[in-house]
Amino acid sequence: MSDTAAQPRDDEAEDPDDAANSDGSAATDAGDPTDADGPAVSTGAESVVAALEAAGAETAFGVQGGAIMPVYDALYDSSIRHVTMAHEQGAAHAADAYGVVSGEPGLCMATSGPGATNLVTGIADADMDSDAMLALTGQVPTEFVGNDAFQETDTVGVTRPITKHNYFAHGADTVGDTVGEAFELSRAGRPGPTLVDLPKDVTQDETDETPGPATPPAGTDPDPNADPDAVEEAARAIEAAERPVCLFGGGVIKGDASDAARTFARTYGIPVTTTMPGIGSFPEDDDLCLSWAGMHGTGYANMAITHTDCLIAVGTRFDDRLTGGIDTFAPEAEVVHIDIDPAEISKNVHADYPLIGDAGRVLDQLTAAVREAPDAEAWRERCAEWKETYPLTYATPEDEPLKPQFVVEAFDEATDDDTIVTTGVGQHQMWASQFWTYTEPRTWISSHGLGTMGYGVPAAVGARVAADAMGEPDRDVVCFDGDGSFLMTMQELSVAVREDLDLTIAVLNNEYIGMVRQWQDAFYEGRHMASDYTWMPEFDKLAEAFGALGLRVDDYDEVAPAVEEALEYDGPAVIDFHVDPEENVLPMVPSGGANGKFATAEDQL
Amino acid sequence: MSGDSSAADVPEADSRPAPSEQPAPEERDHPEGRRNLEGIRIDPVLEAEHESRRAVISALVEDEPGVLARVSGLVSRRQFNIESLTVGPTTVEGHSRITMVVEETDPGIDQIEKQMAKLKPVISVGEVSGDAVTAELVLLKVEADDPAAVHAVTEMYDGRTLDAGPRTITVQLTGDEARIDDALDAFRQFGIIEIARTGQTALARGDTPTAPGEKPGTAGEPTTHDD
Ligand SMILES: Cc1ncc(C[n+]2csc(CCOP(=O)(O)OP(=O)(O)O)c2C)c(N)n1
Ligand SMILES: [Mg+2]
Repeated sequence: MSDTAAQPRDDEAEDPDDAANSDGSAATDAGDPTDADGPAVSTGAESVVAALEAAGAETAFGVQGGAIMPVYDALYDSSIRHVTMAHEQGAAHAADAYGVVSGEPGLCMATSGPGATNLVTGIADADMDSDAMLALTGQVPTEFVGNDAFQETDTVGVTRPITKHNYFAHGADTVGDTVGEAFELSRAGRPGPTLVDLPKDVTQDETDETPGPATPPAGTDPDPNADPDAVEEAARAIEAAERPVCLFGGGVIKGDASDAARTFARTYGIPVTTTMPGIGSFPEDDDLCLSWAGMHGTGYANMAITHTDCLIAVGTRFDDRLTGGIDTFAPEAEVVHIDIDPAEISKNVHADYPLIGDAGRVLDQLTAAVREAPDAEAWRERCAEWKETYPLTYATPEDEPLKPQFVVEAFDEATDDDTIVTTGVGQHQMWASQFWTYTEPRTWISSHGLGTMGYGVPAAVGARVAADAMGEPDRDVVCFDGDGSFLMTMQELSVAVREDLDLTIAVLNNEYIGMVRQWQDAFYEGRHMASDYTWMPEFDKLAEAFGALGLRVDDYDEVAPAVEEALEYDGPAVIDFHVDPEENVLPMVPSGGANGKFATAEDQL
Repeated sequence: MSGDSSAADVPEADSRPAPSEQPAPEERDHPEGRRNLEGIRIDPVLEAEHESRRAVISALVEDEPGVLARVSGLVSRRQFNIESLTVGPTTVEGHSRITMVVEETDPGIDQIEKQMAKLKPVISVGEVSGDAVTAELVLLKVEADDPAAVHAVTEMYDGRTLDAGPRTITVQLTGDEARIDDALDAFRQFGIIEIARTGQTALARGDTPTAPGEKPGTAGEPTTHDD
C-alpha cells in the first residue's frame, strides 16, 4: 500500500503494550451504557470510537486508508459494525439512507485526500435533504497540514458549505468530545451532515481522557413548541379557510410527525398534498390524499395547491421543483408555515403565519387550537373531481415496448406496505414515486435536493443494513435504478453480495439517460447530444459476475415471474428491464412554469 | 427486444382518461392572484415592492479558526449584497465582533440575520439600529504638487498627515460614510494615487447592546488581535 508507506508514522502508537492495554478495557466496557464516563481509552482514535459508541452509533460505512487507519484499528475492538464499501461516495449514500430508515444519524468514514473528496457528493446530498449524518475523515498529521503533503486536501474547507458544521480535531484529549458533539449536532433541530477531520497525530497520540456524555453545542437544539399566540392566529386562519390544503414536506418524516400530521388533516378534513421528500408522511391511498405536488407531481395535487386559499405547509423549504414559478405558486393562499429552521420562514414563499418549532409538536398544538373544522365540503369535492379528471395513467399500446410504469406497479403489488424503495435520479425515479402507492414514512428513500444519479444502489445497501439492524429482515428493499444511474455506483453490488444483503435492483433500462432525452425532445429540438446509452453492458450478466442473481425482462408477461423470483431470492438480485426508450414522464410543469398549467402531453411543453 | 409483444402480453388498458385525453392547460381554471419575487402575495390594492436599503449588521462570534471563512462563504454563496465586512476583538475574551454593511431588501436583511444565526460560532446577530455610531478609517495617498492645499483639506476633515514626501502625501481620515465621501470628493482635485479603506464598523448608541444580548466582559481594552 503505497499510501500508508508514504505517511509519517508515529511508532509509539504501535507499541504492543498500548494495544494490549486498550484491548482489555475497551472491549469489556464498550457495551455498558450506564457508565457515563464511557470506557477507558488510551489513544485519540479509541476516544473517537468510545464517543461513537456512547452516542449510540451501531453501524459505519467506509473505506480504509492511510490517514484514517488509527480509527479503523480502534474499530477492530468495537461493537460498531463496519461495512466496507467499494467507493466512498457509496459509503456516504449508504450512511445517509441508513439514517433515513433507522431515524439515527448515519456514519461514514474515509481517509484523507481522495477518500474525503469522494465523500463530498454524498455529504452534499445529505445536506440538501437535511439528513443526519456524521462523516469522519482522516487527515495528514497536524504538522504537515498546509504543506501539500501526500493525500492532503483541505477537507474542512471543501465541505464547509455542504455541512451543517464541520470540525478540525485539535488534540487527542478533546477529539472524542468533538466527535460526540458532531454526532449530536447532526440530529439536533433541523438535521444535516456534520464532519470531523482527524489528523493522524491526533488519533494516534496517547490520551486517557474518556469522552464525556455528548450534547449538541449550545443554541443548536431549539424550542420544539411554537409561540402559542402565533398558533392561535394560524388556527383562526385555518377555521376561516374555504379551500385549505396541507403540504407535508420531508420535515414531517424527519421529525417523526406523520402521526400528528395524519391526525391534524383527518380531524379537520383537510386535503393533503406532500412534497417529494414528504412522500410517505400521509398514506397515498387515503381519500384525503392528493399525493405529491411539483414538477412531476400529480395533476390534482398541482391543481389543489394552485387554487387553495390556505396552505398549511409543514417541514418544507419550498424548493423550486415544488413551487415552479414563485409568481404563480399558491397565488391566492394565506400560508401557514411550520418549520424548525427560522431561516426557512419566508425564504422563498412568504409565510403569513410562521410557526417555528418541531413539526409534530406544532401540529399537535394546532390540532388543539383549531376549534371547528373549516367549511370545506365543496372544496373536498372539487379535489375529488380533479382526482377523477387527472389520474396518473399511462397507455400500453400493443406495438410499443414494455412500459416502465407497469414494472413499478408490479413490484408494488408483489410487496408489502413496509417495503423500502430507493432510486437513482431521472425518469425512473419519477415513475417510482408516481406509480407506487406509499403509505408509511421512511419507505421512500431518494435523492431529492441534489438529484444525485447513483444514489440508488448504495442507498439500498444502507437501507437493507438498517432494516436488518432494526430486526426487520423480512422487509423488502427495492431499488429502482436507471441504466445511467446504475452505471455510476453499481460497484456497491459487490458489497451487497459480500454481506449477503437481501435486496432487489430493478434497472428500468431505456438505453438513454432518459430524463435528458426527454428534455432534449421537449426543449432542444430532439438533438440527442450525449444522451443515447445504447452502449450499456448486459446488466443481468454483470450481476452474475458480481455473484448476484441476474435476470432480464423484455415483455409484459415476464414481469411478474421475474419480480417474484427476485423478491424470493435470498440475496441481491438485479433485473434488467428493457423498457420503452421513448416513454416520457408526465404530467410535467416546465421549470419556472405555473403548477396549474402542468402539461399532460408532450406537445404542451 | 426479444420477440413481438402479442395482444395477450399487453395489460388491459386503463379505463380512466389517459394523460393525452386530460384537459390541456388552457382548458383549466387559473387563479388571478400573483406573488412577487420574494414570494409575497401581491395585494393589488397595496402593491408595494421592497426597496433595498443599507443596513449595518453586527454579530458576536466565537473567535475560532475559520469563523471568517464561514461568514464570508455564507455571504458569497447566498449572493447577499455586501459593502463591507470588518472583524475585531471585543471586551470578552474569545469573542469577536463582525460588522457587515449590506444593501438588501427587508426580507433579504432578515435572511442574512437568520442564516448567520445558524452558523455554529455565531453567538448572536442583529441589525444595529439606524442611529448607530458608525465609522471607517481611510488611508489616502495623493499627489504633493500643492502641499499647503492638501494640508488645508486634511485639517478641514479632521484628518492627520501620516507621511509627506516630495511627490506624495499620505493622510488618514475617519468618520461615518457621509463624511468620508465628502472628504474623498475634496481630495480628488489633488489626484488620488492610492487608497485603503477598512470598511464601516459600528456600535449601538447609549445602553443598547450592539449585538442582541451582548454583555460587557473583562478583557478590557484589547491592544492586539491576531485574526
Ligand atoms: C451525478 C449526476 N450527473 C448528471 C445528472 C443529470 N441527469 C439528471 S437525470 C439524468 C438521466 C439519468 O439517466 P438514467 O439513470 O438512465 O435514468 P432515466 O432518466 O433514463 O430513467 C441525468 C444525466 C445528475 N442528476 N446526476
Ligand atoms: Mg435510462
